[in-house]
Amino acid sequence: MEKRHDTYGELTPEMFRVVGPRLAESDQMPKKTVSFWKEVWYRFRQNKLAVSGVFILAIIALLAIFVPEFSQYSYRDQLGVYNEAPSKEHWFGTDDLGRDVFVRVWYGARISLFIGITAAIIDLIIGVLWGSISGLFGGRVDDIMMRIVDILSAIPYLLVVIILLVVMEQGLLPMIIALSITGWVNMARIVRGEVLSIKNREFVLAARTLGASNWHLIVRHIIPNALGAILVTMTLTIPTAIFTEAFLSFLGLGVNQPIASWGTMASEGMGGLRVAPWRLFFPAFFISLTIFAFNAVGDGLRDALDPKLRK
Amino acid sequence: MKKPLLEVKNLKINFKTYAGLVQAVRGVDFTLYEGETLAIVGESGSGKSVTSNAIMKLIPEPPGIYADGQILFEGKDLIPLSDKEMSKIRGNDIAMIFQDPMTALNPTIRVGKQIMEVILRHKSVPKHEAKERAIELLRQVGIPMPEKRFNQYPHEFSGGMRQRVVIAIALAADPKLLIADEPTTALDVTIQAQILELLKEIQKKRNTSIIFITHDLGVVANMADRVAVMYAGQIVEYGTVDDIFYNPKHPYTWGLLGSMPDLNNKSDEKLYAIPGSPPNLLHPPKGDAFAPRNQYALAIDFELEPPMFKVSETHYAKTWLLHENAPKIDIPEPIVRRMERYKKEAGLNE
Amino acid sequence: MNKNHKILEVKNLTQYFGPPSNPIKAVDGISFHIYEGETLGLVGESGCGKSTTGRSIIGLYNITDGEVIFKGQNVHQIKSKKEKKRLKREMQMIFQDPYASLNPRMTAGEIIGEGFDIHGLYKNKQERQEKIISLLEAVGLNREHMMRYPHEFSGGQRQRIGIARALSLDPSFIIADEPISALDVSIQAQVVNLLKELQEERNLTYLFIAHDLSMVKYISDRIAVMYRGKIVELGEAEEIYHHPIHPYTKSLLSAVPLPDPILERRRKRIPYVHEETPDTAAMHEPVPGHFVYGTEEQVRKWVQQAQR
Repeated sequence: MEKRHDTYGELTPEMFRVVGPRLAESDQMPKKTVSFWKEVWYRFRQNKLAVSGVFILAIIALLAIFVPEFSQYSYRDQLGVYNEAPSKEHWFGTDDLGRDVFVRVWYGARISLFIGITAAIIDLIIGVLWGSISGLFGGRVDDIMMRIVDILSAIPYLLVVIILLVVMEQGLLPMIIALSITGWVNMARIVRGEVLSIKNREFVLAARTLGASNWHLIVRHIIPNALGAILVTMTLTIPTAIFTEAFLSFLGLGVNQPIASWGTMASEGMGGLRVAPWRLFFPAFFISLTIFAFNAVGDGLRDALDPKLRK
Repeated sequence: MKKPLLEVKNLKINFKTYAGLVQAVRGVDFTLYEGETLAIVGESGSGKSVTSNAIMKLIPEPPGIYADGQILFEGKDLIPLSDKEMSKIRGNDIAMIFQDPMTALNPTIRVGKQIMEVILRHKSVPKHEAKERAIELLRQVGIPMPEKRFNQYPHEFSGGMRQRVVIAIALAADPKLLIADEPTTALDVTIQAQILELLKEIQKKRNTSIIFITHDLGVVANMADRVAVMYAGQIVEYGTVDDIFYNPKHPYTWGLLGSMPDLNNKSDEKLYAIPGSPPNLLHPPKGDAFAPRNQYALAIDFELEPPMFKVSETHYAKTWLLHENAPKIDIPEPIVRRMERYKKEAGLNE
Repeated sequence: MNKNHKILEVKNLTQYFGPPSNPIKAVDGISFHIYEGETLGLVGESGCGKSTTGRSIIGLYNITDGEVIFKGQNVHQIKSKKEKKRLKREMQMIFQDPYASLNPRMTAGEIIGEGFDIHGLYKNKQERQEKIISLLEAVGLNREHMMRYPHEFSGGQRQRIGIARALSLDPSFIIADEPISALDVSIQAQVVNLLKELQEERNLTYLFIAHDLSMVKYISDRIAVMYRGKIVELGEAEEIYHHPIHPYTKSLLSAVPLPDPILERRRKRIPYVHEETPDTAAMHEPVPGHFVYGTEEQVRKWVQQAQR
């Protein structure tokens, strides 16, 4: 247990005068300020799968933006070469009307991503407001609001969508309405759960003793602390919306020709599966890839946000 | 001479975090003998819980790293053991009691069954005998009507009773070493007193060794045979309970003793508080880690880390004040006054 | 302390939770008052209703029955928004858990300045910043800490931020709900010293809620002991400590561990056996200024036991 003193070299009496504490030193903090989101970003970066998900999504988004703009063909040009296999001219081949599948895939990406993201944003707005009001006010308000949510989620979802798409004309807008009419209930439930756990935390009580209004509590305390869960839910809502859109389009309830979404393309591709399998393969492949990438990002975010890993 | 049960040698544990490497335990040595209680005292972040978790090999790797040292349990080093080998020791030879009894119990399983599971895992006895033993354990830890309580769920117990159940589970396989990590911090004082009495009684009956982690010096005075005072990941003073309370040598120990008010403190005198904050173990300070908060800091404290100085056969302290060249500094007034008052009180009660 | 002026009067405060048919009686009709500039310690074990009492007084709960009169005004009858806001500024709270009581997404400066946003004070950016810095300095922190997030601070520093927040609106009365029980011993002393200093400088009145009797004794002028939703004993701090009358208080005192091995070895714990108090029970004053709750007969018996 005892160490030898002479390893310390010469110890002069001068070194043994009392100099007292250096309190400033003791209260000093490391230079670097570590905010919560910086740490989340650090942990997210460690997750290779999630980072590659981000890359994949970025590439898909860039291609969706630029390919239809700069390609020599347009998504509706009929080029007179039907069901041609992928070649130098037409990287993904052509379809039965002689349209370039490569351009149509990226044009379809625009539509699919647009539908997915818009639906997710609408879910976000309605869900967050609904959930936080319901959770914060509690009591009767909560009962009524959550029963509405229960009823909405009890109605067979597909039935609502099909009725809606039949009543309204097929197109982009009805598709988005169809996706969001019941889509937000999931977000509302999650936000309400978060709010219920946050609203009794001491910092919320402290704000209330300072005289904070409910609106102040929602904006300053509840949403910033629920943001993690909201973000994760949203990244997982987008692929669900994309998938649902594809699924509905596949059933023939999607956007109208000649507009393409991945779903309608896959649906059309089914017909020519024997002669031109690439017409099904490419849109199907990109649906899967996008959904996979969003899920990877969502899972990565959830892990990065998990407070249990936080030290 | 008693037999050593556990020897911890130069234990160093780091944690890898976003901000960098945190040196949570920076070279800890101690020996625990059979049937004795060692109290590890220190503030949060001093490394006392990390040390005890390390003995149980409960440090998650990563982010934790066993950087150096040995943990010899009955002469065998635990650090290189695999998880499978460790699980034979955990619960069987070494058991642990945590601060929050609710998290240590499975809420969906009847308490009796939870105790039986431990017995059946570690001892080869038939089921009915395990049940008898479990009921006996419940009785030993002072739970009334153990036959009835055996079939109840954890939520049907009060906080103090739950901690008793946790102790019963810990004792189920008759461990040689019991690690209690702040087992009474979450409990009320009257319940705390009961649990401490229970632990002492168990120790007497079974000759169990106990490592008791706490920040409450009152509890230390009650429980401990020997005391290790930890600061910034190191043991700064180590001795018998009388050494630490009646002849403290390290200024940090003085601060701890002084900052506890007792029932006789006049409210117009200020408490003797240790100023400042404990160091960030991301960048442990040079020299003596306590120096920036030490009112008796020497020039050398900011330059060189002090070695462990020997005060007596049983008593060691890590401070340059014990060097022959150091000025003589006495234990601060208020602590001496209190010690004398206590001595008088104790004398009067004789 | 001004013994002529009661800053707070609590009359028959009752707080029930759960269904009215079978309520949980968290606080069961308690009455006390606090003088201006005084510290009243409220002690008891977990679940005795001491924290609920604090939260009911400050208006975090809708009380079941009783009156809370602060500076002559019945707190729960104030209707106008303006008056309510004024009251919020006068009465503040310090919370137990310095980890949970600070919003992890806000910097120390934002946390301390939150009250200014709510009450529309110090709209000038410069002025606001200066005020925040002066509050930080008042609790022993400095301007460098303003931009830091709660998790970067130690427990003691966090509790200082909580205290600065409570002081931000210049209150006259502070409810400290177990402000030190989550802190380390050496930091507890720092925070208690700070609270005492602030009390002198700003003429604050405290309701100090705790389960740690030695700290309460040290900081309080008078002490109220709570047990199962009732105040069972109330009196001067020294009196309660040296001459407790109620058997529950005695048991509580006997359980406090002392930092002295010799005394600890001979300590005798006095167990408390719950005694039912019938409806005839009331507050009695067997010694001037020293109140005990029970029936006349019980109190007489306890006083005799205490004298022995």
